[in-house]
Amino acid sequence: MNKQRSRRRMQVAEFWRRFCKNRTAVIGLCIMALILFIVIFADVITPYSRCITQVGSERLQGPSRAHFFGTDEYGRDLFARVIHGSRYSLFIGVATSLMALVIGSVLGASAGYFGGVIDNAIMRVVDVFMCVPPILLSLAVVAALGTNLRNLIIAMTISCIPGNVRLIRSVVLTVAEQDYVEAAKSYGTGNGRIIFRYVIPNAIAPIVVNTTMMISDMILSAAGLSFIGMGIQPPAPEWGSLLSNAQTYLFAAPYMLIFPGIFIVITSLAFNLVGDGLTDALDPKLKD
Amino acid sequence: MQKYILKRILYMLPVLLGVAFLVFAILALTPGDPGSIILGITAKQEDIAALNAQFGYDKPFLIRFFNYIRDLVLHFDLGTSYSRRQPVVNDIIARFPNTLRLALMSMALSAFIGVSLGILSAVRQYTTLDHVLVVVALVFASIPGFWLALMLLMFFSLHLKWLPSFGADTFKHFILPTVTVSLTSAAGLLRLTRASMLETVRQEYIRTARAKGAGEKVIIWRHALRNALIPVITTMGTSFGASLGGAIIAETVFAMPGMGTLLTTAIRQKDVPVVMGATLFLALLFSLVVLVVDILYAFIDPRIRAKYENGGRSRE
Repeated sequence: MNKQRSRRRMQVAEFWRRFCKNRTAVIGLCIMALILFIVIFADVITPYSRCITQVGSERLQGPSRAHFFGTDEYGRDLFARVIHGSRYSLFIGVATSLMALVIGSVLGASAGYFGGVIDNAIMRVVDVFMCVPPILLSLAVVAALGTNLRNLIIAMTISCIPGNVRLIRSVVLTVAEQDYVEAAKSYGTGNGRIIFRYVIPNAIAPIVVNTTMMISDMILSAAGLSFIGMGIQPPAPEWGSLLSNAQTYLFAAPYMLIFPGIFIVITSLAFNLVGDGLTDALDPKLKD
Repeated sequence: MQKYILKRILYMLPVLLGVAFLVFAILALTPGDPGSIILGITAKQEDIAALNAQFGYDKPFLIRFFNYIRDLVLHFDLGTSYSRRQPVVNDIIARFPNTLRLALMSMALSAFIGVSLGILSAVRQYTTLDHVLVVVALVFASIPGFWLALMLLMFFSLHLKWLPSFGADTFKHFILPTVTVSLTSAAGLLRLTRASMLETVRQEYIRTARAKGAGEKVIIWRHALRNALIPVITTMGTSFGASLGGAIIAETVFAMPGMGTLLTTAIRQKDVPVVMGATLFLALLFSLVVLVVDILYAFIDPRIRAKYENGGRSRE
């Protein structure tokens, strides 16, 4: 048992060493840590009250020392709104990705591992869902359920599940075909043990990478849906709806478009960079 | 092979029926009935009921679905728009050409940029050029389409006044939306082409080609590229779906009369027949493109063709 644990520790150290060799991935990880810091300490950085205080005399003011990112059409401090908006984006991104991952894993793994009727039933439904572009599916679900945070998360999760099912099924199929699984079966190992002992550990690398990239995608989709008015509703300071506001004042207040947008790009980029680093670090074929 | 194609076409029917049912069911959950949507909630109860009956809305859900499919199959009738009171087919005929043009132009541009830069990046692996291209691609993959659209609009339409900011009348109107949609998907194609090229170069047959003394150019263009592009071509099918999605956003920003703006306004007005018709139409188009790509794929790669002909479970 002890031997196994020390071997696991060596694997982690090896993985970490290879991840650190990729400089851009480490930068991504640092940005991620910084964003997490902003999310946790948003209230310390700037009080929430600054997001909602409307100062009539300070409408549409450019960036200054009092307002780092300027003010919006109601005289609200844009810096405070962007900082507190990070909570929405990150929460939605992580929550939808994890939910889609869990549901997708259960369905995809059952389809791949058991095959036959179960596989057919699940995959035919997935085929139907895959025919509708994800953004359309989310739009329709939000229209049916109504626009609020909970429904946005439900809608985005639903549109994200089919792709996950396909990915996880194909990963599980690849692993299940390996000789060591055949060998384990031949000496009578049960399904449960095979799944937890062999299939999951060997399938984890592509799934981790995919989830990281998915979070980045979901942050973009959430902002997009809020932007067309189908996501988080104003006055909540969500990044997408901040940009939706900015659309009206493109000429008078371009900073309203620039600052929230840069935050979306940086956050999404951080997850993509880390995902890229993970791909290389977890791929045994690239081992030096 | 013909048997396979026929099987795939026949299989599209139940899938599309499934899509119709899915969207119909989601929209049935939407609150509001056509009568009160058209006449407003202040109208008389009898008028609302009469209008509902005219739309067949007084019948239960499954009957309504059955009627919808029957009209669609027998008369190619997608129903009547609640808000404009005219056939949904007219809306689609009027709007679709713009969206198709935008999606096709974006796909062509993104394929050109993505594949050529992807090859370049793979051939020059570990050079500065490669590093820069990979990072730039990641940055573009992280930019929300609508933000890029607005930035381009602000710069090229408002400040430089080179290009129009809304509408779909001339070629100039299509430039900014096309660039918006294609830059994001070109980033994905670049990454995929690069990864696929690097994977191919590591194969045994490339080593064989090197061993027999083939020049680097021949190896890249004759041996590696043809194999490396196979996964790229499959992804083009799905990326057409992404182009359609991207077109929805781009059309909203640039106020283009296309399927995207048709859909978003219909969803906002709870105009169920329009949403149904447009979604089904886009789903049909998308599955046709995926089918064509799959068939092409089998023609290019004999290994795949053999797998199709023998049946068996595919990985995808």
